[in-house]
Amino acid sequence: MIAFEAVSKTYPAQDGRASGHAALREVSLSVAAGEVFGVIGASGAGKSTLIRLINGLETPSGGRVVVDGDDVAALGVEGLRALRRRVGMIFQHFNLLSGKTVAQNVAFPLKLAGRPAADVKARTAELLERVGLTAHADKYPAQLSGGQKQRVGIARALATGPKVLLCDEATSALDPETTEQILDLISGLNRELGLTIVLITHEMDVVRRVCDRVAVLEAGRVVEEGAVEDVFLHPASDTARRFVREADGEAATAPGVGGRLVRLTFKGEATYKPVLGEVARTTGVDYSILGGRIHRLRETPYGQLTLALTGGDVDAAIKSFEASGVRVDDLTGEAAR
Amino acid sequence: MSAGTFDFSNVDWSEIGQATLDTLAMLGGSMALTIALGLPLGVILFLTGKGQMLENRLANSALSLLVNVLRSVPFVILLIVMIPLTVTLVGTSLGVAGAIPPLVAGAAPFFARLVETALREVDKGVVEASFAMGAKRRQVVLGALLPEALPGLIAAATVTAIALVGYTAMAGVVGAGGLGDLAVRFGYQRFQTDVMIVTVVLMLLLVQAVQMVGDAVVRRVSHR
Repeated sequence: MIAFEAVSKTYPAQDGRASGHAALREVSLSVAAGEVFGVIGASGAGKSTLIRLINGLETPSGGRVVVDGDDVAALGVEGLRALRRRVGMIFQHFNLLSGKTVAQNVAFPLKLAGRPAADVKARTAELLERVGLTAHADKYPAQLSGGQKQRVGIARALATGPKVLLCDEATSALDPETTEQILDLISGLNRELGLTIVLITHEMDVVRRVCDRVAVLEAGRVVEEGAVEDVFLHPASDTARRFVREADGEAATAPGVGGRLVRLTFKGEATYKPVLGEVARTTGVDYSILGGRIHRLRETPYGQLTLALTGGDVDAAIKSFEASGVRVDDLTGEAAR
Repeated sequence: MSAGTFDFSNVDWSEIGQATLDTLAMLGGSMALTIALGLPLGVILFLTGKGQMLENRLANSALSLLVNVLRSVPFVILLIVMIPLTVTLVGTSLGVAGAIPPLVAGAAPFFARLVETALREVDKGVVEASFAMGAKRRQVVLGALLPEALPGLIAAATVTAIALVGYTAMAGVVGAGGLGDLAVRFGYQRFQTDVMIVTVVLMLLLVQAVQMVGDAVVRRVSHR
């Protein structure tokens, strides 16, 4: 649905500075139809630029961005407007029109597209129903809570029946509870409407809750990309590890603890099995738990434990863990991670 | 006029009435034209500014210079130097009609700057969101930018109208009539303090009324 082919974006030099600022360098990505794709990065990593290239709010300095079969940069004015009706966007600060009511905000893109008044009215009512704001139709944005404002933003983004929804830090200005509600709403849109969703965020937790795949952006480059569970459970880059640690807390290491240091990763069913006790009994190893986390990736439960194994048959214990569907990483050589 | 027996004997109320109507006519006529010229000028100043959708350094500098020149000429001087142009435009440099061209020339650049400032106050995110929804530039300006700036624009119009009340008083210099003219010719030059008081009070009431109406409309259209 969306493809970035070696896309670079350099902003022209500002007065006084010699060279331009490279926001993106040779970024290649592809987002399949119907998936929720996350882009995570610190501020200044180029996330905002990346998402704005998709609907042509920014133009690439090099490479191509292809959306729904169209090279965005090659579209004319009318073509770009048509594309933007197929690509909805929501924002961190909602960007609602303060002088228009909730219903008028939702109706705005329909009016821009020149839909007849009767259609606009019916479609607006349907959208407000979908996001649960029917009772607030005649209020002004200033009278709404942050979560309600973002619901208006979502209804507005869906008005023209897009195939793609771009979420620009859509939950970063919301409290945790509201964030969860909005993420649920976004997940629901993905499931029920088959919407392709690209979301950018600096919170790994958001990625964990809703994304299928994720790209990690660092200083304009994609440093890691893959299925959320792979990136989350086995981050390969320092940047990804830092984000995972922020979301889950430090996977503690205990200097001075003897024995073999291993990290066990449980996924799905294995998460709830009494694997540790079984293995300890049958192989005679003792274990100390040095750190751990148990969470969900979308609907899949997972657990990750860091253990020090001592006594008994440690190699047999590792084999038994693996036989029970638990991934084992030997950390003895890299305890500092 | 002897001490202790101050009265309003010098006041010709029908003349005061006529002068009030003249002031209102000058204010209304020049305000309408000021908005008609100043609003587009302010919008263009804003849109051609740095980082805006019609960014154009040359056009912006040229307009900016024009505005600054007109704003830096004292209004009394503007009244006089514009006489030939005024005669060309309206056929006379006297009366209410003769006052309107210089009033507009004095107030429109002022209003344009205030419009530009009001538009700068609009959240850039709203403009971006409008483009993201597939709006044309014209739709962004008319459908999002101007409506979002409406409270600021009305406040700007209020400030401009009050400045115009002051300008109409000066327009008496070129024989425009109105309350200011009466104050100068009778109140000042003939020492008729009572006429001075009546005209000043009427102008004060006019300014108050403009401000109150302006504030009320701003409250009405503001939903922040």
